[in-house]
Amino acid sequence: MAAAPSTYELVRRTPPLLYRWLGDRIFAVLVTLFGLTVMGLAISLAVVLFWEGSEAIKTFGFWGFLIGTTWDPALTLTFGTFPFLIGTVVTSVAALALSFFPALAVAIFSAEYAPRWLSHIIDALVDLIAAVPSVVVGIWGIFVLAPWLRDHFYLPLYMWAAESRPELLPIIGSPMGYGMTTAVIVLALMIVPFTAALSRDAIRLVPKAQREACWALGATRWEVIRMAVLPYARSGIVAGAILSFGRAIGETMAVAMLIGNKNTLPFDLFGPAATMPSVIINEFREAVENLHLSSLMAIGFYLFLISLIVNLLAAYIQRKMMVAGGRSA
Amino acid sequence: MTAFNGNTTKTGSAALATPVLSLGRRYWRDRLMLGLLASSTILVLVPLFIVIAYVVVQGIGALNWDFFTQELGSPTRAHTGQPTGLVHTIIGTLVVDSMALIIAVPLGIGAGVMLAEYPDHRLNPLLRLLNDTLNGMPAILKGMLAFALIVKPMGTFSGLAGAVALTFVMLPIIARATESALDIIPWSIREAGLALGLPRWRVILSTIIPAAKVGLVTGILIAFARAAGEAAPLLFTSFGNNYLPSRWTGWLFGPVDTLPQRLYSLAISPYKQWHEMGWAAGIVLLVMVILLFITARVTVRRA
Repeated sequence: MAAAPSTYELVRRTPPLLYRWLGDRIFAVLVTLFGLTVMGLAISLAVVLFWEGSEAIKTFGFWGFLIGTTWDPALTLTFGTFPFLIGTVVTSVAALALSFFPALAVAIFSAEYAPRWLSHIIDALVDLIAAVPSVVVGIWGIFVLAPWLRDHFYLPLYMWAAESRPELLPIIGSPMGYGMTTAVIVLALMIVPFTAALSRDAIRLVPKAQREACWALGATRWEVIRMAVLPYARSGIVAGAILSFGRAIGETMAVAMLIGNKNTLPFDLFGPAATMPSVIINEFREAVENLHLSSLMAIGFYLFLISLIVNLLAAYIQRKMMVAGGRSA
Repeated sequence: MTAFNGNTTKTGSAALATPVLSLGRRYWRDRLMLGLLASSTILVLVPLFIVIAYVVVQGIGALNWDFFTQELGSPTRAHTGQPTGLVHTIIGTLVVDSMALIIAVPLGIGAGVMLAEYPDHRLNPLLRLLNDTLNGMPAILKGMLAFALIVKPMGTFSGLAGAVALTFVMLPIIARATESALDIIPWSIREAGLALGLPRWRVILSTIIPAAKVGLVTGILIAFARAAGEAAPLLFTSFGNNYLPSRWTGWLFGPVDTLPQRLYSLAISPYKQWHEMGWAAGIVLLVMVILLFITARVTVRRA
């Protein structure tokens, strides 16, 4: 009994109050500073882009710049971002439409049908697709996919249209391989893993009881998925699709390498086009005129706004799901 | 709870609306869907193997000793068959990426600690929102931010600016991963530490962070893999360089070459020899990213 330290001894041995009090204060302040840095970065992203692009926005007007259809950095120095806005929205929507159902299929197959070992492999591979750098996909697109599509799809279709349906030619556009459709295909390929992973997470959140109730009614496996799993996971899947759409909007390198880069409307099916990130990548390093650089920064600002809206929308839908499903289950 | 009920009701009505099918047809439909889902999965995964196979096959020829020991130089060097390579690119990538890691790791972990360890901090909802916003922003915008913040005041493209741009890419990922890694640690462990008389900061640094080590390392690796593959933020921050810098300060304060950005420049160049080097650069980049990725997954598996 005598050997054991007394309570007094223990209290005395603990570090002095100053060490604890001051240490805690310093730590809390430091951590808050780091947090503030992250917050500051996000805010400064908007502020800096707006500030740097203010010259262009002032010259052409907030809406005028957005809906201006002329992009002429060489002669008249007139800048409008409408062609790139259209290019971005059309490629992203098309890529999402093309990739949504295959991605959902991967998610359902991995979460519901596949045995555990197989679903581990599928999940790893899907994540691996997401990890492949955009430029690597880009170089494959330039040297393999685009020429292949040109020889096997664009050219035959173009020749067929030229012979029997000449009125379709303006819609089809030049079949050189580098253009809208190629960019959409590659974009779809690149956002599949995001849609798949997010849908898979949403499907895994569906409580077991929900499935078992459906099984108990005598449903087949597919009926369980269609009637119990998918309705429950719906908002998560939609939020995931919107986030993937945001990804597609911001995807830069592969698109810039494959879309052909044409700065004037109208864009056609196979012909070259441009998106907001692709025009920034292509012209930023060569912009000499202040107004040109400022216009590119302004495009960045509009891109920021669009991404912000898309992300907030996804977060809103996801939050709704959390309240509706995750908590109550 | 209401929405839960709402869902069940909808499910019920969907079941009622379905025309009554024979059991055989229902099973047949089940098998059809399984087939469709499985073939979609294969359809999605096949391009991955095609891309990897092409990169390896096309690039392996250019992946020789010169590739790792010579600098690129002017296009004529490749034309005339002189030895060229990407040693400056590989070193540049290591320098820029590790600089970015050094800046991003403490900042990101700090922000994550704020989110997880001070749950009632008044700024937390805002921090979470802004962190997610930053994470969702296209990488190219982060490059433009680094251009405006670092390149413009310094008056020159630099490795440092590239590192800062990559920091912006890594930071929100690390912060998010830290938060979720720390969230898993039960509060009883913190309480145990506090009950021993440890101050809060010692509890966090000496028990919580070591306990969450695996999650933190995974998050950092994933952030690193993401940033290592990004070319868009580097094109107008570290810019690129065909030569080794003449002095070591050139890695920090002069234009620096990095793998993704060099791969892009090589791929859009008109020279056939450079295209081959581009594929080879693709192999190096892929191997790097896949190794990081596998390490991250193995770390998780072993936890």
